[in-house]
Amino acid sequence: MHEFSIAQALVEQIEAAATKEHAKRVVRVVITVGALSGVDPEALRSLFPLVAEDTVTADAELVVEPVSARVRCRACGREEAAETSFLRCSVCGSRDVELIAGRELHIKTVELEIDER
Amino acid sequence: MCKDCGCSVDPNVHSHHGVVHSHQHTHGQAHAHPHEHPHDFPHKHPHEHVPAVASETRTVEIQQKILSRNDEQAELNRAWLKEHGVVAVNLISSPGTGKTYLLERTLEGLRGKISCAVITGDQRTDNDARRLQGKGAQVRQIETINACHLDAEQVGRLLPEIAGDGVQLLFIENVGNLVCPAAFDLGETFKIALLSTTEGEDKPVKYPTLFSAAPVAVLTKIDLAPHLDWDVATCRSNLRQVRPGVFIFELSAKTGLGMEAWLDYLIKLAE
Repeated sequence: MHEFSIAQALVEQIEAAATKEHAKRVVRVVITVGALSGVDPEALRSLFPLVAEDTVTADAELVVEPVSARVRCRACGREEAAETSFLRCSVCGSRDVELIAGRELHIKTVELEIDER
Repeated sequence: MCKDCGCSVDPNVHSHHGVVHSHQHTHGQAHAHPHEHPHDFPHKHPHEHVPAVASETRTVEIQQKILSRNDEQAELNRAWLKEHGVVAVNLISSPGTGKTYLLERTLEGLRGKISCAVITGDQRTDNDARRLQGKGAQVRQIETINACHLDAEQVGRLLPEIAGDGVQLLFIENVGNLVCPAAFDLGETFKIALLSTTEGEDKPVKYPTLFSAAPVAVLTKIDLAPHLDWDVATCRSNLRQVRPGVFIFELSAKTGLGMEAWLDYLIKLAE
């Protein structure tokens, strides 16, 4: 259940952004989770409010944008989405492919409620 | 009508012409309040007001890795290892694959040939560290308590005391778990995934996060394969499905089968 550590790291970074912007509340957080990131979005979603409790992130909505695995074929150069359990080029059939997306575990945006000064 | 220019008959709608001014607004509530604001072009706006201290929502682009703190420490570890000429391999598998037993035999085989060190992680006990003592390598145990994986900070703390003194090869035996350790970069040179013949041949396709991230895979307990109807070709094909070009070792630490190739590989890696 490493999603707990990941939820902690996520909340820490949101808090840092909120403090920097003098936000009073975090409304919404958008993250990207790759198919090969090893993170279960559902587990993360359920742990997030527990970790965020008593912080400015407490009521924030967590939006998870999934990212499919993508490969680049070293034989024919094609880039395309791929099955995580079978990385190959669907056009030339080559297994000589490079994973170019799917390991993402990123914070994209944070929507903050800020008092006008 | 606006008292400045008479532009509107609606008391709540008026326009201004390039002036900074203060004025009173009434807006159907029991109070009125002054404010100042510049207007550089004529406009109309209904003054339906928000409270004196208004809040706004702003979207801030962050574009950062969620595990950036771990990853930054991992990069420091990687730089430290490089500077000290240490190759570090992060051994990951499910519990019971035989990581510790393989390490015991490996340390014995490498003794006097290359200088090794081991960091071993488990939730509890220092059993593994005790098993690996006395084989010519420095060994440190990390008890992760509740965590299912090692992180870069835990490893980084131990590096200077364990891997500083001429060590060439550092084994990091991660917590037995096929999922979580794969998400945490420790600063290792690369990951090695292990899989035993007592597990299914399809483990690589079931757990592609790890197996796609490991350029080297070790099939352990290979001596048991005939007794288990375990098909090595199927397993190799599954490994290649998630990691094309993966380098695969088949061995038995118990019988010694395949150990020579493994030890030779490690010696070349460290030199």
